[in-house]
Amino acid sequence: MISLAQTYFIEVMTIILYCLLIFVPLLLGVVMALYADRKIWAAVQKRRGPNVVGPYGLFQVPADGLKFIFKEIILPDGSDKTVFLIAPIITLALSITAWAVVPVQAGVVLANINVGILYIFAISSLGVYGILMAGWSSNSKYPFFGALRSAAQMVSYEVSIGFVIITVLLCVGSLNLTEIVMAQKTMWFFIPLFPMFIVFFISALAETNRPPFDLPEAESELVAGYQTEYSGMPFVLFMFGEYINILLMCAMTTILFLGGWLPPIDIYPLNAVPGFVWFLLKVTFVFYLFAMVKAFVPRYRYDQLMRLGWKVFLPLSLFAVVATSSILFFFNLAPGM
Amino acid sequence: MTAQLLTFYLFSVVILISSLMVISTKNPVHSVLFLILSFLNAAGLFVILHAEFLAMILIIVYVGAVAVLFLFVVMMLDFKTSINKDNILQYIPIGILIGVVFIAELIIVLINTKFDLSNIQVLPNPLSDFTGKSNTEAIGSVLYTDYILYFQLSGVILLVAMIGSIVLTLREREGVKRQVVSEQLQRQGKIDLVDVKSGKGVDI
Repeated sequence: MISLAQTYFIEVMTIILYCLLIFVPLLLGVVMALYADRKIWAAVQKRRGPNVVGPYGLFQVPADGLKFIFKEIILPDGSDKTVFLIAPIITLALSITAWAVVPVQAGVVLANINVGILYIFAISSLGVYGILMAGWSSNSKYPFFGALRSAAQMVSYEVSIGFVIITVLLCVGSLNLTEIVMAQKTMWFFIPLFPMFIVFFISALAETNRPPFDLPEAESELVAGYQTEYSGMPFVLFMFGEYINILLMCAMTTILFLGGWLPPIDIYPLNAVPGFVWFLLKVTFVFYLFAMVKAFVPRYRYDQLMRLGWKVFLPLSLFAVVATSSILFFFNLAPGM
Repeated sequence: MTAQLLTFYLFSVVILISSLMVISTKNPVHSVLFLILSFLNAAGLFVILHAEFLAMILIIVYVGAVAVLFLFVVMMLDFKTSINKDNILQYIPIGILIGVVFIAELIIVLINTKFDLSNIQVLPNPLSDFTGKSNTEAIGSVLYTDYILYFQLSGVILLVAMIGSIVLTLREREGVKRQVVSEQLQRQGKIDLVDVKSGKGVDI
């Protein structure tokens, strides 16, 4: 066992270091995203937003975080305490796990696995468990309703996201995220697959429970949905998990449709900029779109949400899969044919 | 190699324990959660076998979709009243029966191999050569060519099951208000613009 430990010690340490290299920027990113979200929302409504704590209110989010850390963790009396506490941990852990395969630049990725896109799809489909477990274990009506809504919503929109991903994969011929980006060297996929880009963007909003699809936590009906009974640190875990998921969806939009780390045009001053800068810029842009949608689109009613998912997006994306594969087949454009 | 072995034991131990917990916990929701845990670890075993595609599909289909619906249904059960000690005892005979069948099958296999597992006759590989192909490519290259009939048949069976369940549960209810979006957005014929004289009012 000692020799085993010696052999793997360095390897394990390197992996832990890599994990930290993902985790720390991700946390910073979440803090900035929270701040940007509130600022953009405020600007649309002609308010100032957070502007008191620190320069331009930059320290508002860390201050809120500190407040939550020092708050008491309240465990409701009738709750299933183990599941109640595991739920936020699962949400956060899953959302961070998915980032292991996201390439921010050519070759800069923790795990360059062959089924990268399937991995992300699988992990994000697990995200619903955190919410379901939270809603059930709270043993209270509003969280339970929120959880049921959220589960139905996420399962529905996963279907159309799956089909959109398939259309992209048809054009790439690989499930590896790095190869998906490299296939967009000549043209970013949002140009030929523009309708699918829109479908993916809206489905991503629904998948991450962002407004206008934030019915699981619709405060006018359900107080705070599945988060109602949470306080202190577990609540922060939920919030961070949610925002990391949102950033993941922004990154996925970037990788699938906006050419990942590739510059817009492959000419000198642009391609000298390191890839991860382009990646960050694009993720920021998509997040800006997310924040704008939150600011000016009213919340959907639940039946409208289901109608959009099953009766509009599902047929549309199914048709797109057939159409894309037919076009690729008849014009001999399919990769590997 | 040892790390692989260790991870194998880790996954299989968790599978065994969580499968045991599935049938031994009092709370049905906990049972489903343990079932999900064992699914996840089975996916881990697939990864060790270098079958990443199967692992991911297992997670997406079983954990991400089937088990969610399972959990959905179980959560809405009123399980506090449904659990009864006598109930559990009545399943013991059938449990023993299944166990006996299973053990008998295992023993038959062992007799066939003359109690030496290296004697197991491996079927000759009927598939083409997959060297240099990724998992996904290998599965796709046989599933949609050699086994297209079975693939389509299973699809048709699933379709029949889906349509059947819809037909069984569909009922026309009276007085349900439905939103017809296209009608609602239509301006011509649906909306009358009327000039109202002040103090007169209009007939609707």
